[in-house]
Amino acid sequence: MATFLGINFFALFGQLLIGLINGSFYALLSLGLAIIFGLLRIINFAQGAMYMLGAFVALLGFKYMGMSYWVALFVVPVVVGLVGILIQRFLIRPIANEDHLYSLLLTFGLALMIQGMFTHWFGSSGQSYPVPDVLKGGMRLPFMYLPNYRAWIIVVSVLVCFSTWWMIEKTKLGVYLRAGTENPQLLQAFGINVPLIVTLTFGFGVGLAGFAGVMAAPVYSVSPDMGSNILIIVFAIVVIGGMGSIGGAILTGLGMGIVEGLTKYFYPEASATVIFLVMVIVLMIKPSGLFGKNT
Amino acid sequence: MRSRLAILILLGLALTAPLVIYPVFLAKVLCFALFACAFNLLLGFAGLLSFGHAVFLGTGGYVTGWLMINSGLTPEIAIITGTIAGGLLGAVFGKLAVKREGIYFAMVTLALAQLVFFLYLQAPFTGGEDGLQGVPRGKAFGLIDLADNQTMYYFVLAIFLVGFWLIHRTVHSPFGQIMKAIRENESRATSLGYDVNQYKWIAFIISAALSALAGSTKTLVFELASLTDVHWHMSGEVILMTLVGGVGTIIGPLVGAGVVVSMQNYLSGGELGNYLHIIMGAVFVLCVLSFRSGIVGQFNKFRRNNF
Repeated sequence: MATFLGINFFALFGQLLIGLINGSFYALLSLGLAIIFGLLRIINFAQGAMYMLGAFVALLGFKYMGMSYWVALFVVPVVVGLVGILIQRFLIRPIANEDHLYSLLLTFGLALMIQGMFTHWFGSSGQSYPVPDVLKGGMRLPFMYLPNYRAWIIVVSVLVCFSTWWMIEKTKLGVYLRAGTENPQLLQAFGINVPLIVTLTFGFGVGLAGFAGVMAAPVYSVSPDMGSNILIIVFAIVVIGGMGSIGGAILTGLGMGIVEGLTKYFYPEASATVIFLVMVIVLMIKPSGLFGKNT
Repeated sequence: MRSRLAILILLGLALTAPLVIYPVFLAKVLCFALFACAFNLLLGFAGLLSFGHAVFLGTGGYVTGWLMINSGLTPEIAIITGTIAGGLLGAVFGKLAVKREGIYFAMVTLALAQLVFFLYLQAPFTGGEDGLQGVPRGKAFGLIDLADNQTMYYFVLAIFLVGFWLIHRTVHSPFGQIMKAIRENESRATSLGYDVNQYKWIAFIISAALSALAGSTKTLVFELASLTDVHWHMSGEVILMTLVGGVGTIIGPLVGAGVVVSMQNYLSGGELGNYLHIIMGAVFVLCVLSFRSGIVGQFNKFRRNNF
């Protein structure tokens, strides 16, 4: 009954769901990267480390201070965002006028350090974080079983992504951001404190990664290398989408999650590599990326 | 004249060093020095930051290791084959990567390298997580037995010198001059009629092939080819070596490789071994913040100002 044309729908939808969940995280992370890139023109290599940091702060807060998931959801992004603000203010800003490749190397070094510290403190094996009580259990849909927490991830990620998009495209603050992307000198001349906006933007982009880390803690195991593994995939996604638009980053993230899920069902051997292969194809056909402008 | 003298002194040091220092360690330094020099050809002279160079090091190593285990070829043929394999892979990756610039170039190379990392993880000929172990060193040209570490060192030194000379020739050729022009002002180079992407592509291939040469040689030295050499950590390490030594200087990567490899050896032996990645990351951050011209770059500045 559950199969049609040789396709097992239970398995297929199961993989699609996992794909959508991975896609939610890809979207959150590449959205953060795109926002930071827009103003600072740098790629934050430490974005994966910040995602890992978010998961660990949630885990440690729960273990040692009894911080609940719901509190973590608000506190952790702020904590991680503050770390980002400190990094931008004291490490990235001093070299902002140098070649941007140096900022890339700086954040790479930071990522190595942060990951190294957590490996040193907690070992490289994963730890688990409990699913909050309210979201335990699941729904039995006609074609699949949907665990509540997983549905929650998808809904909340899409909401957060959409509100960020709305904030940037439709609000006054977003206008400043976009103006800063186009011409920072001119914006400064209008009396806007551009360096402050740049710092806050970095903090916000990094905070999104921290938020993704909290969301991920109950479904993936919390381990020091969780960030670097996902980050390289997110880089490929950023190349696929191009960093031209915020909406593009979100859509490509979700879309690539689904592509990955489908591959897991139809040809599991290629599931680890499919996103990179898509990147190769996009580079051959439209090098500037699906949503990218020609540079 | 003075630089001739310096080269002779260095060569003399290189020839006598294994009498004092463990030859396998020296051979390791030379392999990484060649790798870093090849990487620097791309970053320092063409201005392209590749974040996936480990893939060429690893590919050379796997091809050479596989040939040494499964065929009766002599080591020099195996190394040359490994080098060519790396160059071919470089041709494919380079073609894709030069379509994007700057930060995108770094991300594309990183992603392509990760793609190959997953392929090697699953492929039957790489030995997966175990890698290729017990690679025989064989007899160079069918005559010289490389089993002895000292002999192996001199073999590596010869390869290094050939590679180093090739890089030196490339940098000082008309081709190298055009590469520098592209690095300094790409649109001007384009307007002068140079096919910029074509030049970048060729530089990428040369760099990839020489990285594979380093990897092939390294596999013979350690009798091992493993996933470590393909991992992105390795791509980061070669960047660090180049940065510490001095980006865009001829001798810098050699110095950087010496410093980083010594540091790793020293740390992994002692109680600080657990801190290896933290320390490497910290060195990265410090170099970028306040030591961007590297050891050799600083030295050159000092010499220019004082002599």
